[in-house]
Amino acid sequence: MRPLTLRRLFLQCSLLAAILFVVVVVALKLGAVPVSLYGLGRDLISVLLHQTSALSSDYGMIVIDIRLPRILLAIFVGASLSVAGTSFQALLRNPLADPYILGVSSGAAVGAILAVVALTHLALPVWLATLATPLGAFLGALATIAAVYFLGLREGQIDSGTLLLAGVISASFLSAIIIFLMSTLSRDVRGMAFWLMGDLSNSLQPSLRWILGAGFFVAAVAIYTTAADLNLLLAGEKEAMHLGVDVRRVRLVVYIAASILTGLAVSVSGAIGYVGILVPHVMRLLFGSDHRILLPTAAFGGAIAVVVADTLARTVVAPSELPVGAIFAIVGAPLFIYLLRRGSI
Amino acid sequence: MSSPAHSSSAWPNLGDAPRAASEVRLSVEQVSYAYSANPSQAPLFTLEANSFQARPGEIIAILGPNASGKSTLLKLIAGALEPLSGRVLLDGFVTHTLAPRARAQRIAMVQQETPLLFPARAWEFALQGRHPYGRTLRFANEEDVLIARNALAQVGADHLSDRWMNEISGGERQRVILARALCQQPLLLLLDEPTLHLDIGAQVDLLATLRRLAAENRYTVVVVTHELNLAAEYADQVVLLQKGKSLRVGSPASVYQRDLLEEVFHTPLTVQQGSNGRPRVNLLPTS
Repeated sequence: MRPLTLRRLFLQCSLLAAILFVVVVVALKLGAVPVSLYGLGRDLISVLLHQTSALSSDYGMIVIDIRLPRILLAIFVGASLSVAGTSFQALLRNPLADPYILGVSSGAAVGAILAVVALTHLALPVWLATLATPLGAFLGALATIAAVYFLGLREGQIDSGTLLLAGVISASFLSAIIIFLMSTLSRDVRGMAFWLMGDLSNSLQPSLRWILGAGFFVAAVAIYTTAADLNLLLAGEKEAMHLGVDVRRVRLVVYIAASILTGLAVSVSGAIGYVGILVPHVMRLLFGSDHRILLPTAAFGGAIAVVVADTLARTVVAPSELPVGAIFAIVGAPLFIYLLRRGSI
Repeated sequence: MSSPAHSSSAWPNLGDAPRAASEVRLSVEQVSYAYSANPSQAPLFTLEANSFQARPGEIIAILGPNASGKSTLLKLIAGALEPLSGRVLLDGFVTHTLAPRARAQRIAMVQQETPLLFPARAWEFALQGRHPYGRTLRFANEEDVLIARNALAQVGADHLSDRWMNEISGGERQRVILARALCQQPLLLLLDEPTLHLDIGAQVDLLATLRRLAAENRYTVVVVTHELNLAAEYADQVVLLQKGKSLRVGSPASVYQRDLLEEVFHTPLTVQQGSNGRPRVNLLPTS
């Protein structure tokens, strides 16, 4: 008997944090323009000391102003999508539930596109306009997961197969709507590939960074407070209720928080698939299925996975780029099939 | 933690001041329920008013053919359903108005098996029973571990502790599920057809374990079952249901009447008196 302790949780998270740090340093170094490790360290220290004037060269500018924000965005998107995926898998009692497969990402994309379109017709104050896209994406995500949930019910119970089919159909329907919107709408909206495949190459306004950070923090903490309840929900809602879980409250908190995470991630990166399904599974194999450790390790794992994938997207065909979603689909699909075949899922 | 039954010793129920033998713990008072497809329509199924009482250490068996309302009655007792009329009292608390955590500290339910989504070890599974006692993140403390270990030992599953739940037999799994219920340190232990997928040896074993636990831990046990002879052997009282109606409540000897059972179960049978004074049902071949 070896129950989870705070110490073990801390140690395993520190290990993953260290891996993430190494991955970030390598990602900062790699790219179309080569940068030396020494120059990188010097530049990072000057940024930390707020001596931006002392930045060595144009290379420093590339690293600090272009690569670093993009890597931070990748960390945010990866952590959000894997935590959302882990939560949906527990709530829906389905190991294949993932924001992308269930159509939640596509729903968020539709919501974001509609918000962008609405913005061009409304004269909103700047702060509200910044908020509009993530808000639209969140509402799109929430509406989709609600629709998929009710379509997945059979005689009042969630039916795994029906749920997945409802999700797959919703995803393809919503993708068609994205294509329709992109084909008929104006030039202001980012390209089709962005919303369907995901892309991290767009730079964000600083105010949006704060919204993302705060939104992630609130939603992730809200989900984490239910981690012990999610462990019991895996055994079914009735079972969880008899073990003292306030099922209705947990369900509400986690659906809303997971939709916020998906909405935020999709509004800035488009719909990147496979993160929310693969990362939680790999973490489950490594650390077990206790959500108190699975949620934080999935957050780190997702961050690592997306930073690595985005670095590949930037570098394999440099100086041009691939959408990061394509990297995930190419690597993710075979890995997923492998896990499926060996019975880990 | 309002009741003295939840003090910090590993098996607090044993350490309590002795309760009077006549003390009523569970009181089912005229509870009824109706299922309907929608509120404006006539109910599809009605459970008529039911009453009985049980003391600590007693085993109550709820018997009856399929769709007689056994599981509904059990859910009403558990407080998972709100009765249409009447109420269920557990040590003076109305069960369906208790908050989820408070209810889980008093009532443990062993349900028909639900498949595990992700693998878990037996000890992890048993520790889940400590959930109603923890704080938000509920990291198990030494007391929880001790209670889980004792619970596994009490149901004879200590050797299974480190095994995976999906790699042990049905009977072994049922014991671990029972250990999880014990970890809740309940006053009332409810079981919904616990013998369903077990072979006959495991069935007898489970009921004998329940008998011992009811005596040792002073649980009140309510078990829904189809096994007439096991119920006759191990239960103190039986509640016989048919089509939502409670036909008779009492000792097995008083309820097991040949005419009554033949009418309820639609099969010819005989009822004999066993050497221990408990009735025994034999099915007769139908012509």
